[in-house]
Amino acid sequence: MKRSLMFCFLVIVLLSAGPASAQRKATIEGVSEIPFTAVPNFLKLPAGEYLGESVAVATNSKGHVFVFHRSANTRLFEFDANGVFLKEIGAGFYGFEFAHSVRVDKDDNIWTVDEGTNMVTKFSPDGKVLMVLGRRPPAVAGVLAYPVGPNTPAQKYIFCRPTDVGWDPQGNIFVSDGYCNNRVVKYDKAGRFVAQAGSEKSGKAMGQFDLPHGLQVDGQGNVWVADRTNNRWQVLDNDLKPIREITNLGVGWTACISGGPHQYAFLSNSNPNGNMPGTWETTGEIYKTELDGTVIGKFGHPGKVAPGFQVVHMLDCRNPNELILGEIESWRVQKYIFKPTPPKSASAK
Amino acid sequence: MKTLMQAVLTVTVIAGVSANAQNAPEIKFDSAPNALQLPAGIYLGEVGGVATNSKGDVFVYTRTGHPTITIGTARPFAHGGSRLFQFDATGKYVREIGKDSYGFMFANQVRIDAADNIWVVDQMTNMVIKFDPQGRLAMLLGRKAENVAVPVRATTGDGAGRPTDLFDRPTDVAWDAAGNTFVADGLGNARIAKFDKEGRFVKSWGKKGTVNGEFANVRSIAVDAQGNVYAADAGNKRIQVFDNDGNFKSAIPFAGNAQAICMTKGANQALYVSNSNPPTDIDRDGEIYKMKLDGTIVGKFGKAGKMPKEFGTVNAIDCRTENTLYVGEIGNLRVQKLMLHP
Repeated sequence: MKRSLMFCFLVIVLLSAGPASAQRKATIEGVSEIPFTAVPNFLKLPAGEYLGESVAVATNSKGHVFVFHRSANTRLFEFDANGVFLKEIGAGFYGFEFAHSVRVDKDDNIWTVDEGTNMVTKFSPDGKVLMVLGRRPPAVAGVLAYPVGPNTPAQKYIFCRPTDVGWDPQGNIFVSDGYCNNRVVKYDKAGRFVAQAGSEKSGKAMGQFDLPHGLQVDGQGNVWVADRTNNRWQVLDNDLKPIREITNLGVGWTACISGGPHQYAFLSNSNPNGNMPGTWETTGEIYKTELDGTVIGKFGHPGKVAPGFQVVHMLDCRNPNELILGEIESWRVQKYIFKPTPPKSASAK
Repeated sequence: MKTLMQAVLTVTVIAGVSANAQNAPEIKFDSAPNALQLPAGIYLGEVGGVATNSKGDVFVYTRTGHPTITIGTARPFAHGGSRLFQFDATGKYVREIGKDSYGFMFANQVRIDAADNIWVVDQMTNMVIKFDPQGRLAMLLGRKAENVAVPVRATTGDGAGRPTDLFDRPTDVAWDAAGNTFVADGLGNARIAKFDKEGRFVKSWGKKGTVNGEFANVRSIAVDAQGNVYAADAGNKRIQVFDNDGNFKSAIPFAGNAQAICMTKGANQALYVSNSNPPTDIDRDGEIYKMKLDGTIVGKFGKAGKMPKEFGTVNAIDCRTENTLYVGEIGNLRVQKLMLHP
């Protein structure tokens, strides 16, 4: 009795401590709002189908939208560019348990990152498994105890709740890993380990991470990492050497680098899970920047009702003027349309 | 000091593998693209077993994941997690066998006997299940625990098991010409259990240990034309050979991790042995050796990796046709069909 009470108390403390500490007001000032138009009810689901926590969204070269979401089972849905449901990919697949990211590479292969199976999976455009990275803990070994104490040493080919995946123009693979490792790993296109930055240990120095939560690679092969618990983004070169950090835009939830010859970065200071008092007033906005760090503007506010945000977990910005946004809470995917905006001069630093 | 000792031991073992590797000629081979054509909506997980029947049909027993724990009368029950698929010789999908079977949770092996019956070995339900060629249940060995312990209980005991068909993480099954069945039992127990063709327990031998007749574990087994039993005792870096009654005959040293073995049929039987890489690392091991039954290495092929012609922790080899192999991989969630050109 006493023990279970203690346990309940601990759970309450943990639940309330998590979101409160994850909130951070951006320190940058004078950033203008970018106007947008929200597309109401963008995705049309067949009767009887629902999205769960819509943690991951991505588009392919045809504009098809992929949503990797946490339903009763984690599922991957494909929609056309108008939001019409096309099909499900990977129903019952071994690597799906708890969705975290989906990204589409330049050849329209679909990559999923699942933090419940510790697996990164490459699907062909028609949904066949082409490659897997990481390994799901074998069921026969039983339920693993929730990790307590120091993380075990990071291994080359095993992830610990990985979060995101990206590629450089040469096809090298980059994985942010994750909630219980604190590193970014580079593999060649055959899936062989090349290098890592960070380790199982969290740290605050450049090149160290504390919950690397999102990752994208720009056209120069530089790696952008949303270093969430360190309240920053880090930019690494292609060999994973740190170049710079961005510390004035709040909590580094996720990053998106747009396509095309002139790339932009979208950096989300998402409102934290749980809607703790004050968070709607101080967080939830997304910044649009040049790759050199110049902040162009910001948009978005927390809210239960569209076009408000309930914890943007990931966004797709293949077209920087048509963003697809996936939210954890509200189980929703939204589409925002922008008019191209002229550059502004406030600087991310 | 202990660490130093371990380091020295590790170095010795690795040297053993590379000595093998240096002496063994490379066997040229190809991997058939799209060897198995999966219908939309069917995915392979970790491949526990792959085997062919006399018509060349291919059977794959795979860990599809999502074993489910449900709460019952104060006990958690577990079900689901593995599936058995049949393909024809061209790789076309034929059907699923044993859909939602009570005994399918953690695929470890499938083997086809002389009469084309399909036998699966499940490491988590602790069952060996015989289907007839039509896919109907023909015989069961072992019994699934009524409910599961969460977290799972640790294996206890000396590995000798009990004189019956209750297994602890069995891994493989094989038969002699008389139709006796031998079960590798396995990773929890460390024994081989023999049953007659009606499924009656005959005897078992082995327990955890290092001397001849004992096992670190039994990952895979095969029976030769004379009825001798070959047991891959990977943890002790060897393959042990027993006569049909379980008397120790010899040990073939195998410095690597003998996780999957397969014996060809016919007059000059050959043994394929996979030095499977650990699932944590593709930068070591992975090659498959071909040897004579006395352990002489004929050649080797392949290495660990994720590309075609590379292997991700091979857990099963089918060698019904000596130079056309099927290999099932844990790490790459796939089956490759290999054409050897010796």
